[in-house]
Amino acid sequence: MSDKQEITRNGLWTNNVALVQLLGLCPLLAVTSTVVNGIGLGIATLITLVLSNTLVSLIRGFIRSEVRLPVFVLIIACIVTIIELTMKALFYDLYLVLGIFIPLIVTNCAIIGRAEGFASRNPVGVSALDGLMMGSGFLVVLALLGGMREIIGFGTLFSQADLMFGEKAKVLTLVFNESYGGFLLAILPPGAFFGLALLIVAKNIIGSRLKQQATAVEALPEST
Amino acid sequence: MSSRQILLSGLFLCLFAIAGTTFVAVTENLAREQIVENERRVLLRNLHALLPEEKLDNNIVADTLRIQASELLGTDEPSLVYRARYRGDPVAAIFNSIAPNGYSGKIHLLVGVYFDGSIAGVRVLKHSETPGLGDAIEIRKSDWVLDFDGRSLGNPPRAQWLVKRDKGVYDQFTGATITPRAIVQAVKNTLLYYEQNVGKIFL
Repeated sequence: MSDKQEITRNGLWTNNVALVQLLGLCPLLAVTSTVVNGIGLGIATLITLVLSNTLVSLIRGFIRSEVRLPVFVLIIACIVTIIELTMKALFYDLYLVLGIFIPLIVTNCAIIGRAEGFASRNPVGVSALDGLMMGSGFLVVLALLGGMREIIGFGTLFSQADLMFGEKAKVLTLVFNESYGGFLLAILPPGAFFGLALLIVAKNIIGSRLKQQATAVEALPEST
Repeated sequence: MSSRQILLSGLFLCLFAIAGTTFVAVTENLAREQIVENERRVLLRNLHALLPEEKLDNNIVADTLRIQASELLGTDEPSLVYRARYRGDPVAAIFNSIAPNGYSGKIHLLVGVYFDGSIAGVRVLKHSETPGLGDAIEIRKSDWVLDFDGRSLGNPPRAQWLVKRDKGVYDQFTGATITPRAIVQAVKNTLLYYEQNVGKIFL
């Protein structure tokens, strides 16, 4: 398996930020009450990861090791502030919803973790790819968890899609049952924990099935 | 580590701080105008939700008055009042009030009061009440706040500005009395404030 495939696999599956590393749980659990919120924060985190990995990798040659962590924090904080300002200018309504969670991306350990653990030791190309894949893995989990909680909690899917994609996206909103009263637990924080736990269980089950299959295939006597 | 190395590291960090700050400052500069415009747009949308556009002809966002903190408005710092006028005559005032005693802290309200002291409308701007129980105060969840429209200190009589459980006239929600109780009280207090200060508000 080539490096790139390995990185992709790691970010999306084997070493998924949310399901395996269990990092960045604060924003993960707090904003995923709807798909749109999850995707909004997921995209912001993804962009931060790609940019911070790229920048950290670029400066890795001449960074002094004593000050590397403060520099990483500085870089990440600047990126997040710039994203926040941009979002305020371009997607103000979404910004109103995601509110305080954008600045909190700075505290998402996954980002400094990738900077220190990967980008500071690898060339720019693969570092950016690592950021992209780790971010995508996180984004997918945010979206899935948001979807689960929104369907169970509100009985809708893609509500408020217009906040992110403009007025036309209002048609995306699916309402499954007009008279659905909602299920409070799913919307409240405990629902987020249950949802995340279920996703982890699902991931582990699928993972062990795949492993069994792989070993079963290997165990077969080779015919040629 | 030699002092030269320490100095170099410090310099390095300093350079990064300068570069980072520059980037943020440049972005802020580019985005500022749009952000101010966005804030104005959202504010105007909120104000027009309380007061139909055709009832006023002044620039309500700019025609503001900074008023001293008042217990009746639930604030401990000065707040802004927006004034609506038509051909120079006062039409309504819109207050930023706070219900300090919500179930989970402060509830920020926008309360529109017509010149004659009747309510143009009430909207909840910000709150952290329980989803599914207390959040029926949001207009997109239920039309509960519309019950205030047209009310005044005489309608219902002052003593009945309470939720039904307290022998008043306003509905409470199943499972959540504290939230509506806090809002009813805050709206009543805003009307009291208006009654006492109407002369000062429309000078």
